Amino acid sequence: MSFEEKEMAENIKRISGVNPRKCMKCGKCSGTCPAYEEMDYHPHEFVAMVEKGRIDELLASKSIWTCLSCFACVERCPRSVEPAKLIEAVRLEVIRAQGANHLKAVQIPELLDEKLPQQAIVSAFRKYSK
Amino acid sequence: MQIKIDENGNFKPTIVAFCCNWCSYAGADLAGTSRLSYPANVKIVRVPCSCRVNPLFILRAFQRGADGVILCGCHPGDCHYTTGNYYTRRRMTLLFNMLDYLGIERDRTRVEWVSAAEGAKMARVMNEFVARICELGENKRLEDLRCKKSLEE
Amino acid sequence: MQRIGVFVCWCGTNIAATVDVKAVAEAARKEPGVVFATDYQYMCSEAGQKLIRDAIAEHKLTGVVICSCSPRMHEATFRKTVEAAGLNPYMLEVANIREQCSWIHKDRTEATEKAVVLARTAIAKVSLNVPLTAGESPVTKRALVIGGGIAGIQSALDIADAGYEVDIVEKQPTIGGKMTQIDKTFPTLDCAACILTPKMVDAAQHEKITIYSYSEVTEVTGFVGAFKARIKRKARFVDETKCTGCGECTSKCPSKKNKNEFNLGLDNRTAIYIPFAQAVPKVAVIDAESCIKKKTGKCGLCQKICGAGAIDYEQKDEYIEREYGAIVVATGYNPIDLAKYDEYAYSQSPDVVTSLELERLMNAAGPTKGTLLRPSDGTHPHTIVFIQCVGSRCDDARGKPYCSKICCMYTAKHAMLIREKYPDTEVHVFYIDVRTPGKNFDEFYRRAVEQYGVDYIKGMVGKVVPHDGKLLVQGSDLIANEQVRIEADMVVLAAAIEPDKSARSIATMLTASIDTNDFFTEAHPKLRPVESPTAGVFLSGVCQGPKDIPETVAQASACAAKVIGLLAKDKLKGNPCVAHVNEEMCNGCSTCEKVCPYGAITYQDKEFRVPGPKRTEIRRVASVNEAVCQGCGACTVACMSGAMDIKGFANKQIFAEVDAICR
Repeated sequence: MSFEEKEMAENIKRISGVNPRKCMKCGKCSGTCPAYEEMDYHPHEFVAMVEKGRIDELLASKSIWTCLSCFACVERCPRSVEPAKLIEAVRLEVIRAQGANHLKAVQIPELLDEKLPQQAIVSAFRKYSK
Repeated sequence: MQIKIDENGNFKPTIVAFCCNWCSYAGADLAGTSRLSYPANVKIVRVPCSCRVNPLFILRAFQRGADGVILCGCHPGDCHYTTGNYYTRRRMTLLFNMLDYLGIERDRTRVEWVSAAEGAKMARVMNEFVARICELGENKRLEDLRCKKSLEE
Repeated sequence: MQRIGVFVCWCGTNIAATVDVKAVAEAARKEPGVVFATDYQYMCSEAGQKLIRDAIAEHKLTGVVICSCSPRMHEATFRKTVEAAGLNPYMLEVANIREQCSWIHKDRTEATEKAVVLARTAIAKVSLNVPLTAGESPVTKRALVIGGGIAGIQSALDIADAGYEVDIVEKQPTIGGKMTQIDKTFPTLDCAACILTPKMVDAAQHEKITIYSYSEVTEVTGFVGAFKARIKRKARFVDETKCTGCGECTSKCPSKKNKNEFNLGLDNRTAIYIPFAQAVPKVAVIDAESCIKKKTGKCGLCQKICGAGAIDYEQKDEYIEREYGAIVVATGYNPIDLAKYDEYAYSQSPDVVTSLELERLMNAAGPTKGTLLRPSDGTHPHTIVFIQCVGSRCDDARGKPYCSKICCMYTAKHAMLIREKYPDTEVHVFYIDVRTPGKNFDEFYRRAVEQYGVDYIKGMVGKVVPHDGKLLVQGSDLIANEQVRIEADMVVLAAAIEPDKSARSIATMLTASIDTNDFFTEAHPKLRPVESPTAGVFLSGVCQGPKDIPETVAQASACAAKVIGLLAKDKLKGNPCVAHVNEEMCNGCSTCEKVCPYGAITYQDKEFRVPGPKRTEIRRVASVNEAVCQGCGACTVACMSGAMDIKGFANKQIFAEVDAICR
C-alpha cells in the first residue's frame, strides 16, 4: 500500500468510523443487499478494498451511486462492520472533492414516481447534490 | 553502606526483582538451567503471586538504596490465581504514576510478564533493565540516609 | 532470638565451580542469629540430609537456611529433612544459588558476592519465620453431580466405580440430557440412543449412584471436603417408588394438546407423560399447568386407571440436605433463542428449523417416525438449505462472540445423512469457514462433499422469505462473486449454543467464577482445565466451553479422576501459607472480600475488650477460611489497615528480604 493509498483509506475509515479488520468475510452483507445486481463492487468487496487501500477504484465505482442506503448490511452483519457506512463515506469523498451536483432540483419532476415517498425524494436530493 | 563502584570504577546498581512463584520464578530458573546469563546485580525475591507485592515493598527498596525494582508475573490470563496479575497491573500503574510525580525516573520500575517457559525472555528483560539502570545512575531521590545510618551503627 | 544453621551445597561442581562455597558459609556465620554454617558436596544426598539433621540436634537449631538449587527443586525434600529432625517444616528457607547464581554468572568473585547476598536474604527471612501447621479438614466421601447429561453420567459412573457415593441432580424428569435428543453422532454415525441409554441404565442400577431427577440444587454452603447442599425435589405428583412406567396413564389422559418438550414442540404430549421410552427413571410426571385435575379439580382419570396407585395430586416439593466432599458441575448447554433473527424467518415459517429440531425430525422415535417431512405440510422436501454460524461468532447483542465448535460437524452429518437417505434431495450448505479439527473429522466433511455431493457455498445467507409454501433463500457466493437465490423447501439453522440459564445462579451458589459468556472458568486454562478455581468444584462438559460428545466424555472422566483424587484422602492438608487477619487492626471495610478470587473471606461480628466503662464492644471483622484460601496475597495489598497478612510470606519477612538485598 502506497502512502497516498494508506492516507485515503485512513480517511475513509475516519469518516465512516468503521474498522474493516473486524470483517470475517462471511458475505452476509452481499447476501442481503437488494441492490446487488446494480453494483460493480459489492458490499463485502468494499470492506476488503478499503482494507487494502484500493480507494481510487471505489471512488470511480458505480456502486456508490447504486447503494440504496437501506442499511440492511449494517443491520445484519454479525461482526458489526457496517459496510453501508463505508460506502456512504466514499460517496461523501466524491461529493466533497468535485463539488458538482449529481442531481439538480429541476430534474426532480421528470424522475418523480407517484409511489415514491416524500422522505425518499428529500434524502436522495441530499445524497446526490452538494 | 553498599559500595556501588566496582574495581574498574563502573557503577554497580542494586536491583530487586519480585517474581511470582508459578511463572516468573520458574522462568528465572529456566534461564539458569539454559545458562542464559544476566547481571549479578539482580536479586530475586520469591512471592506467591505478583499481586502479593505491596507497593510499600517497592518504596522500601528505593528507601534502602535500590536503584531499580522489577516485578515479574504470569502473563495476563495465565495467573495461577486467575486474576492476581490484573490487580498487579492496576496497582503498579497507580504506583508508577505516583513515583513519576515524586521524580523517580519511570525506567527505574518495570512490570514484565514472564512465563515459566520464557527463560530467554527473563534473561533479555534483566539485561535490558540493568543496562537502563546503569544509564540512569544511582538512585538518590528516595534513599533514606537515616535508616542507612541506624543500620550501620 | 532464633538459632539458625546455614548449609551451603556444592552441588558437585555445579555451584562450587563458580561460587566459593567456603566463603559463603564464612560470611553467613557472621550474620545475626546464625550459630552454625557449613558446606557439603551434595546436601540433598542421604549423607547431606543426615548432616542437617545432626546439626539441628547438636546446635539446637530453630531455623535452617539451605543454599543450594531452586526451592522449586528440593524445598519439599529439605522440609521433610528438618521435620524428621523435630523442627517445624516451615522453619526452612532455601537460597537459590544454583539456577539464579552459579549457572548464570561466570565471574567467581561476582557470583560469590551474589551468593552471599542471597544467603543473607534467606537468613533475614528465616529469622522471622514462625512454625506453621497446615490446617486439616475431614473429607465427606460423597460427590454431588449437578446435571445428568452425558457429562454428568460419565463423571458419576467413574466416581462410583472407584467406590464413592455419587448423587446426580437433574432438573428434567429424566437423565440423559441433550444427547437423548440427538439422532446420530459424528463422525462414526453411531446412533446416539444406542450408546447413551445403556450408560443411563448403568447409572440407575449402580449401587453407589443415587439419581434425583426433576430436582434442583437450591443452596450450597461449606467448602472443599465439607460442602452442604440443599436439593429441591419438585413435586411430580407421581410416587416414584410405586410407578412402574407402564404408561397406561399417558394413553388415557384427556389433556392431549401440550407441547412435547422432548421433541422440541414439534408434536404434542399428554399432561401426564413419560418424556421418552428409554427415560431413566421411567416414571411418569404430571405437568401441573396443563393437568385438568390440577386446574379445575375435576378429572382424576389417571389416578383411577393407575394399577400401582402411584398418582398423588397432593404431592408437595420436598427438600433434602446432604454433605458432599466434592461437587461436579455438568450443567450443559442450550441452543440460543432465534426469535431475534427475523432475517432467517425462524418464527415465521415452521419449515425453518434448528439443527436440534432436525435431529428430532430424522429420529426414528421422533414426531415423524424418522421420515424427513416438512413440518408445515408433511411433504417430502426436495431442496434443503443449511445455514451455519447462526448466532455464533457474532459480536452484536443478538449472538455469541465465540465459535460453537460442534455446528460444522453436525451440519456435515445432517447433509450427508439426507443425501444418503433421499438422493433426490438437493442440499446446500452456506458456510463462513468449515472448522473440522478432530480425529477423522475432516475426512468426514470431505466425504459429504466428494462422495455425497453436498453443495458447500462459501458465503452467508442474507435473508429467507417464506413465499407460496416455499422459502426463498438469498445469499452470497463469495467465490463465484455472485448473489445466489435458492427456492428451498426447508431451511436448517445451525444455532449457536450457550450455557444453560442455571449456570449463573449455580456459579454464585458455589462461588465459582464464570466468564462473560456464562461459561465456567477453569482453574488454569492449560494445566488445570477440569477444576474450577474454587477448591472442590470440578467442571464437566459444555458448562466450561463448547465441546462435542467425545471431548465431553473425556473431560467428564478427567473430572472424575480429580474428584476421586480428592475423595481418596481422609483429611485434607491445606497450604499453611494462607491469609491471616489481625482482628485488632481490621476495620471491617470489606475491601479484601471483594478482591478475593476464591470467596475465602467472610465477615463476622466479634466481641472485643476495650478500655473504658463499656469493657467490650462488638465489631465486624474479616475471617479467612483457611481451607478455601489459596494464599495469593491479593487481599494483603488491598487491606488499608494492614490487618491482612500471608503466613510464610508475611509483610515483615518480605521487608526483611528487601532490606537484606539492599544492605
